Amino acid sequence: MSWIVRAASAVWEFVVGDDPVTAFGVVVALGATALIAGAGAPAWWVMPLAALALLGLSLRRAAR
Amino acid sequence: MSGQEIGLALSVFFACTVEAVEALTIVLAVGVTRSWRSALTGVAVATLVLAVVVAALGPALTQLPIDVLRVVVGGLLLVFGLQWLRKAVLRYAGLKALHDEDKTFAEESDAARAAARDGAGFDGYSFTIAFKGVLLEGLEVAFIVLTFGASQHNIGLAAVAAAVAIAVVVLAGVLVRAPLARVPENTMKFFVGVMLTSFGIFWGAEGAGASWPGGDAALLVIIPGVALAGLAMVRWLRRAPAHRAVGEPA
Repeated sequence: MSWIVRAASAVWEFVVGDDPVTAFGVVVALGATALIAGAGAPAWWVMPLAALALLGLSLRRAAR
Repeated sequence: MSGQEIGLALSVFFACTVEAVEALTIVLAVGVTRSWRSALTGVAVATLVLAVVVAALGPALTQLPIDVLRVVVGGLLLVFGLQWLRKAVLRYAGLKALHDEDKTFAEESDAARAAARDGAGFDGYSFTIAFKGVLLEGLEVAFIVLTFGASQHNIGLAAVAAAVAIAVVVLAGVLVRAPLARVPENTMKFFVGVMLTSFGIFWGAEGAGASWPGGDAALLVIIPGVALAGLAMVRWLRRAPAHRAVGEPA
């Protein structure tokens, strides 16, 4: 394994950890916020709702 | 000092306290059982490496456009915050074992005693273990300082808060000379998770182009809101039919 792959793997593990769904959900939520704000509509509510939904889903998966 | 500056200082202080406690546990374990001189040398070398890393990354981070910085940092903080919060909620709900600093200390001490000493002088094992522990936890401290500080263009305040946190933990370690098992670690981790998540929500949304009602004052609603949601999820998990305490048969 080259050092680039090892470095990328270490960064992935450090940032994403054992819950890639939550990390992906955060990226989607940021994109949705940018799209809604870009259209001129209020977008502040997207991130709080997304954070709570992602936490709830993550806990539900972990509790099973 | 403004409300946001106080929030910044408190967030960095508590986050860095958690990291410092973990590093201190490792250093105490090898210092007490092996060699204080070698362990402290490992701490010093790791600190020097960290200083170089911070000096190299700090200016690069602060040159980024503020909105790009906020969306990247906000996203990262939110991911980290949700991970911390998830683990703390699971521990409170009894679905994950509480982290035990005494157990960590005992494990590190046993490993230190089991390892063969390199000689009567410099102890490479103590140096390596202390170096790795401090470097790993120190990098997390540096990340917290740079991300929190750069987003508010106040790395100085974040660095001071981190330095105070480390000084407090080191002083406590010197005074008690034992693992800091009495520190309610999960309570601190829950609080840090709430703060990371809250700042992640706030900066991420701002960086993506959203405007908060009330501006910075929105944090005064976001932080307690996230905390209450976390506590509500603890109650939800405790009452869930599938709930089993750690150690019970599945």
